[in-house]
Amino acid sequence: MDKPSPTRIPQTTPRKSATFDDYSLSEIRRAAATGIYDIRGAGAKRKVPHFDDLLFLGASVSRYPLEGYREKCATNVTLGTRFAKKPIELKIPITIAGMSFGSLSAQAKEALGRGASIMGTSTTTGDGGMTPEERGHSDILVYQLLPSRYGMNPVDLRKADAIEVVVGQGAKPGGGGMLLGQKISARVAEMRTLPEGIDQRSACRHPDWTGPDDLEIKIQELRELTDWEKPVYIKVGASRPYYDTALAVKAGADVVVLDGMQGGTAASQEVFIEHVGIPILAAIRPAVQALQDLGMHRKVQLVVSGGIRNGADVAKALAMGADAVSIGSAALHALGDNDPALEAEYEKLGTVAGAYDDWHEGLDPAGITTQDPKLAARLDPVAAGRRLANYLAVLTLEAQTIARACGKSHVLNLEPEDLVALTVEAAAMAQVPLAGTSWIPGKNGF
Amino acid sequence: MTLVDLAATPLRELNAALHALPQDTNDTRWTIRNPRGQHAVAVGIDAPIAVEIEGHVGYYCAGMNQQASVTIHGNAGVGLAENMMSGEVHVTGDASQSAGATAHGGTLVIGGNASARCGISLKGADIIVKGSVGHMSAFMAQAGNLVVLGDAGEALGDSLYEACLYVRGKVASLGADCVEKEMTEEHKAKLATLLAKGGVNGGVDVGDFRRYGSARELYHFKIDNVGAY
Repeated sequence: MDKPSPTRIPQTTPRKSATFDDYSLSEIRRAAATGIYDIRGAGAKRKVPHFDDLLFLGASVSRYPLEGYREKCATNVTLGTRFAKKPIELKIPITIAGMSFGSLSAQAKEALGRGASIMGTSTTTGDGGMTPEERGHSDILVYQLLPSRYGMNPVDLRKADAIEVVVGQGAKPGGGGMLLGQKISARVAEMRTLPEGIDQRSACRHPDWTGPDDLEIKIQELRELTDWEKPVYIKVGASRPYYDTALAVKAGADVVVLDGMQGGTAASQEVFIEHVGIPILAAIRPAVQALQDLGMHRKVQLVVSGGIRNGADVAKALAMGADAVSIGSAALHALGDNDPALEAEYEKLGTVAGAYDDWHEGLDPAGITTQDPKLAARLDPVAAGRRLANYLAVLTLEAQTIARACGKSHVLNLEPEDLVALTVEAAAMAQVPLAGTSWIPGKNGF
Repeated sequence: MTLVDLAATPLRELNAALHALPQDTNDTRWTIRNPRGQHAVAVGIDAPIAVEIEGHVGYYCAGMNQQASVTIHGNAGVGLAENMMSGEVHVTGDASQSAGATAHGGTLVIGGNASARCGISLKGADIIVKGSVGHMSAFMAQAGNLVVLGDAGEALGDSLYEACLYVRGKVASLGADCVEKEMTEEHKAKLATLLAKGGVNGGVDVGDFRRYGSARELYHFKIDNVGAY
């Protein structure tokens, strides 16, 4: 009897492992070739429960909407009403997050200032001090006090409109930083008091305080230094939001800034970005609960960040109890980061538009995350600032549209009652009912 | 001379008065009584004045000082003269942790001992400690000088950048990337100048000191140095 031809035996299709997927395999090969963990910019890229898992209910028989384009829906927010003599008045509830000169070009910092100022909101310095460009082009500027204290000085402290004590950030709660030598130009080195071209490490702990009791005294010093004029923010990466918020209030913060794991970084380990910290969706309600338990909700303002993309995200964050949101990665995209028009140049860097995250290497063809003068010159700060202003305007209009549909005359009047969740996980995290039910996981014994 | 009694005057009032001084002020001599360990005493001065504090102070005394000469007749808490830009700060007794942290300029003189992390992230100031310093002193110190007439605790100069460290006594251990370096005549002359700034005139031989600085091996991330990270 003839043997069956091998070609006639049905074959299973090649099957790749769900566990050892293409990305995991490529990372194993990269690690084996280099012996160094992967460092990159941006925030968590894995899919995590997010604002997309929430929906607004809108008006109905029992709720009355406001007329779009006719009836007022205010967007102004005041930050720093607890202790500061001069609180910050924002026209929109969207601020620009801390990003350093060093990680970003001077042109990018200027563009952020221009765009934010057009819309009446604030920008924030970063690890490396305050540049004249960003002070000059930002009507409202928040000055960060970071563990490294690079460029920190009392003159700039007094020029600032608010002070943000950075305890951590969402991309790497508990981690310090590393700005690779390619971006330590002469100017960056001088501002940071470091030799040019070396890999610059940023500490993860502040040099002169440890724990919330010390932090309270540190904040007292900052207030005394600035004659109690300026709001003091405390920024934390989202990890233990209930306790961190409570302790920030105890330490004397005017504003708590809470950054989820999707929040970007200039340069951190991939393993840190993807595996430490929690999504912003999971962090907001515990933080608001802490404020409410202390009787400080709306007295100490809550600013949240990490993955804000559109006006719906803004509205959802506010409805969950935040007073404002902050954007970093989205602002860079509005300036022109990862633009498909630069696809050919991204390909030369071994990536594609939309995925470029090697911000630490300083080769950004968009001229944003670089210190190369030729690349940086590609970014027109006036035009890029206009794009950012346009984008901020759209976010605001979208948030207003939703707020009006929910019958709110101010975006801060949005509330959890306006929301439902599409998934059990999101319902549990956001503490709102699963859509079509009255079930909030963890509530009423279920 | 202006006398401020902190037993009767709120701290906020004192600091506001010091901040309001013009550069050409005639009010150049201030005495502060009864500090009683209060925090943030005489912070943020930016005027060429002399301030005498009679008693112990809490955290961050003379923080971010510019131009002023501040003397504390007593002991100082955490973060004495933190982020000082210029001027002089002198404590006659001991200083707690993080004395002179991140200071960019000026001179800090500690008459007694300094606790842990003295000169942490130092950015250009000179610190002279007449006693000993605790562990992790000069951690990540970037520029400036730390002179210790006594001993230094564990991990001196860990992750050091370009700051110079001079120690007369024993060093419990050196931190990552901190090494002993040759004490040249140039360094001896520089040390003599630093000692004079600290009011150490005579009785101390610069030849008794050893110099420490960065091996600069951690300036660029290398996988072969992974044990140091």
